[in-house]
Amino acid sequence: MSAPATVRPPRASGTQRAAAQRTARSLGRRRAVNVIMLGVMYVAALVAVLPLIFILWHLAREGASSISLDFFTKMPKPVGEAGGGMGNAIAGTLVLLGIASAIGLPIGIGAGLYLAEQRTARLATAVRFLSDVLNGLPSIVMGIFAWQFLVRPIGHFSAAAGGIALGAMMIPLVTRTTEEMIRLVPVSLREAALALGYTRWRTSLSIVLRTALPGIVTGALVAVARIAGETAPLLFTAFGNQFWSLSLDQPVSALPLQIFSYAISPYDEWHRLAWAGALVLIALVLIISLISRLVTRSRLGGGGD
Amino acid sequence: MSQPSHDAAIGAAPHGAAPAAVEGAIAGASIGDRIYRVVTTAFAWVVPLLLGLIALEVVLAAWPAFRTFGVGFLTSSEWDEVRGVFGAAPMIYGTVVSSVLALVLATPLALGVAIFLSEFAPSWLRQPVAFLVDLLAAIPSVVYGLWGIFVLLPVLREKVMPFLATTLGLAHTPFFSGPAYGPSMLAAAVILAIMVLPYISAVSREVLMAVPRSQREAAMALGATKWEMIRDAVVPYARSGIVGGIILGLGRALGETMAVTMLIGNRHEISSSLFAPGYTLASVIANEFAEATSEAHTSALMACGAVLLAVTLAVNVIARWLVWQVSREGK
Repeated sequence: MSAPATVRPPRASGTQRAAAQRTARSLGRRRAVNVIMLGVMYVAALVAVLPLIFILWHLAREGASSISLDFFTKMPKPVGEAGGGMGNAIAGTLVLLGIASAIGLPIGIGAGLYLAEQRTARLATAVRFLSDVLNGLPSIVMGIFAWQFLVRPIGHFSAAAGGIALGAMMIPLVTRTTEEMIRLVPVSLREAALALGYTRWRTSLSIVLRTALPGIVTGALVAVARIAGETAPLLFTAFGNQFWSLSLDQPVSALPLQIFSYAISPYDEWHRLAWAGALVLIALVLIISLISRLVTRSRLGGGGD
Repeated sequence: MSQPSHDAAIGAAPHGAAPAAVEGAIAGASIGDRIYRVVTTAFAWVVPLLLGLIALEVVLAAWPAFRTFGVGFLTSSEWDEVRGVFGAAPMIYGTVVSSVLALVLATPLALGVAIFLSEFAPSWLRQPVAFLVDLLAAIPSVVYGLWGIFVLLPVLREKVMPFLATTLGLAHTPFFSGPAYGPSMLAAAVILAIMVLPYISAVSREVLMAVPRSQREAAMALGATKWEMIRDAVVPYARSGIVGGIILGLGRALGETMAVTMLIGNRHEISSSLFAPGYTLASVIANEFAEATSEAHTSALMACGAVLLAVTLAVNVIARWLVWQVSREGK
């Protein structure tokens, strides 16, 4: 073969041509691997979402039929009798959440303010780190701690002990969300207030904190929703109660505790109540998650997250 | 400590001809500032103090058990309330095996989701999928337990366990032998896998998003396919953060109580078979603490709590450190 004069690059030798073919072949293979792996990721995302859909579906199917006014107001009936509700457990959960919020919110918001304002202080770094660690502590450990610290010295189970255990769990959650929300407030706002002669503490409380308030309230709601479903810290503190009790000094029933004891019982009637209770808990969590989603989104103003 | 001098500088301007009332206001302001500072600092101190107090109380309560049984507490399988002999080996074994198995099941899925969301999900799908996966973390443990008892256990007992044992012929191996009752190590691991998945995927997603754009662009410019870019340029860059996320998931799995207690079968025995019931440190406390009558029993359960506390603390510190490392680099 004579070499055409127009071809500038040297002609490919045999080995080069083979290499080119190999590249072409492996390019095809690389593309195939690419498509397969991307498909695998799609499937992974689908599979990860499936359990949630199953859980919600079963909760709705098993629980919805038992939700009525009676469920929220009546006491559980003895085994064998139909009807009845979880009124005392719902009331007990509200009492516990009240105590927990009274403890967890002020401390958490105060600590969050500190973290946002003393950003680089050594204490701030330590607190940030330790509140993440505290957040990862098993809730059962919080339960035995509260028993040892509160129930044992006092001598009996009480709503107060349960509420304090839950409140302690709220602190790291509220601390971190408060800090994040306060950091979203533009520095210029703080500077403007200071320039107008506001003192530091008034700037922090009535300008910065107030601007960040919707976000902080959302964070607080999310924290409440999360501890509302906690069972382990209540097992040896609030303990549970078959009767109506709103006294802080007495054992009190709670929705998650009641779901637990009904779920492991052998009675169909109680299983029905457990499903309904779980549906109420989940509805609470879902609604709060959606609200927080909407609030944080509108606050970020479409600036992306 | 530069704050006070800064205050003085702000205060200095009007000082010259300021009437007494203004000066009074400024003095009052600095007192207010000081009080504000002291109060927020005190609240910040609550977190470390609380953590210290928890560790102190639990370890003190566990001390009698550690002193009586020594290292034997960790290695003995005997747990007899009547004779007052306590060994936590089955619980430690169960805790570790159920958690590790859960990670094995959850990690590939969680990474898949994280990569999907951070690298190539269409934007209309990104938000809803991220929301749904995050929602998995918001479901209370006791609800997972309820669902596990009435939905997951029957499926495992009637479909999955026979499939593993008979269809795949794994019944001869020590891991899938014995009768399939339902409540078992396998059931606990599956529910734990679902529960830790959102934690691993959330951290991984965050870390992957912190990988600089240039890293991706460089790989693309060299002619890499999207998958090669992810495998060779993005994931290695984020590796220690992803490992941190997995360890964080491990911390969650180790301490998870209610769902595991409802599904693992609660038996003080070490069995190699995943079909057999087991026990974990957290679930033995949940089951026995309220009924513990003797000091020795209470202390032994507290010791289980202390072991759990020590392990989860260590795991959390390591995980957080790894994640912090990466997100700091990303900035």
